[in-house]
Amino acid sequence: MANKVLMKGNEAIAEAAIKAGCMHYFGYPITPQTEIAAYMAKRMPKIGGTFLQAESEIAAINMVYGVSAAGYRVMTSSSSPGISLKSEGISYLAGADLPAVIINVQRGGPGLGGIQPSQSDYFQATKGGGHGDFHLIVLAPGNVQEMASLTVKAFELADKYRMPAMILADGTMGQMMEPVEFDFDVTPAPEKPWATNGTKMQRKHNIVNSLSLVPEELEKFNFERFERYAQVEENEVMYDEYLCDDAEILVTAYGIASRVTKNAVDEARKKGIKVGLIRPITVWPFPKKPFAKMAEKVKHVICVELSMGQMIEDVKLAVECKVPVTLCNRSGGMIPSTEQILAEIEKYAKGE
Amino acid sequence: MKDLKRITIISGHYGSGKTNIAVNLAIDIKKSFDKVAVADLDIVNPYFRTKDSISDFEKNGIRLISSEYAGSNVDIPALPQDMYAITDDKSYKMIVDLGGDDRGALALGRLTPEIIAENNYEMLLVVNKFRPLTPDLETTVQVAREIETAGKIKFTGVINNSNLGEFTTESDVLDSLSYANEIANCMGIPVKFTSVKADLYEKLKNKIENLYPLVLQAKI
Repeated sequence: MANKVLMKGNEAIAEAAIKAGCMHYFGYPITPQTEIAAYMAKRMPKIGGTFLQAESEIAAINMVYGVSAAGYRVMTSSSSPGISLKSEGISYLAGADLPAVIINVQRGGPGLGGIQPSQSDYFQATKGGGHGDFHLIVLAPGNVQEMASLTVKAFELADKYRMPAMILADGTMGQMMEPVEFDFDVTPAPEKPWATNGTKMQRKHNIVNSLSLVPEELEKFNFERFERYAQVEENEVMYDEYLCDDAEILVTAYGIASRVTKNAVDEARKKGIKVGLIRPITVWPFPKKPFAKMAEKVKHVICVELSMGQMIEDVKLAVECKVPVTLCNRSGGMIPSTEQILAEIEKYAKGE
Repeated sequence: MKDLKRITIISGHYGSGKTNIAVNLAIDIKKSFDKVAVADLDIVNPYFRTKDSISDFEKNGIRLISSEYAGSNVDIPALPQDMYAITDDKSYKMIVDLGGDDRGALALGRLTPEIIAENNYEMLLVVNKFRPLTPDLETTVQVAREIETAGKIKFTGVINNSNLGEFTTESDVLDSLSYANEIANCMGIPVKFTSVKADLYEKLKNKIENLYPLVLQAKI
């Protein structure tokens, strides 16, 4: 399908998952991601797949666990409060080394919060999202086309490293419509000799489990898993740089915030301010190296977020205290304006 | 647009552009009629509602019949308390903006007997061939039939709103004409008009019959 279609971000995720070979979806409706479930409900029966509206978010994530253990590509989606409910299951997926794709179309929090867009689940996505030592691969799309392409990427990476991967989107990215093309290649799922898909009396039983009662063994599993995480950090970092070569001020933002920030960078450039933008596409693994490089030459870093300041902590770690890092933010479902970000850029350009 | 019936119901697949068309039609016919109202019966979507255009309605003296929860972020499928004005107050030219798909059309069912009894309505199917679930005749007509069943009312015309948002080109619109005609022929109803954003209107007005210029609702 080389032709363009006009899609909501949520629909693009759903169609991309199908293109990636995901034939099994389990979910529970919650605004602003419900279109993913609605799309799957229409499409899955037509292609012989499974759409199941589970009785709860917790049920849905555990159905994902089961299907992944059986060796199939599988997905669930939710929005912030629903992801909290799924957290136990996400930890179990990580503990059982199971690949799966989890979509979070973030809304304002904490608690039930609101239904307007937010980026306040960054900590939850990148620092855990469940108990125990583990990471998720976390991809942050910046437009509807990336909602599609990164969903495919999430399936491929999850399989490659045998770990859950998350799309960290927000209500705006989920609801906005843009033309999308589905002309990308998909790496099919690899052989999964560990899958619990029937011995056919020709091999020993496979066991998929996150329970490890012998501490020496549990430690060994954790060390092995973190060796895999180190490979992910080495190989899979993705980011965009925009006008960074001569930049004296660096702005950084991901997802919807990066779109507004890019406009502000363009406006500042028109005024002769040398400002550049780094847009992390993977937020775990975080793109530390480009920030470390920019820390050698810029005088200030501004982190733009739809939160009270979460990614800013990773930015500060990445620049190793070499330059000041400040926050430019809105919260609760509000989006920073181009003017707000531009004013912040101008403030630090003047050397305040 | 002066020949519009007393009630014009705008329906179609989710995301086909119903609300945008309803808003444009209302502002347009207000130029010819004194009393015009828009009724938002969307019980599907908490975002992108008719109510978002409330300042345009107030400026133009158009009555808005809308749930008090519309646009409030209270995410419940509520109907407007004054929805019976659609059929009871016959002094108004009425534009009815339904929610998407058959679920959206359910909200109309309660009013359908009165609408049919009055027999002064159009039920228009908005189609966009660039939407992923309605790319061809078969899928679009299926959605239309589901809407008719849920709303207990038949379509009387098609609005071809095929577009790729701000990236729509002249050839995109021209390519969509046969799609809209096929749907209309299959359902035995006419294509009322093809709607395009204003800049395309100038380029296409001599090439397409019944072309209608749309002012797009403000984007973020």
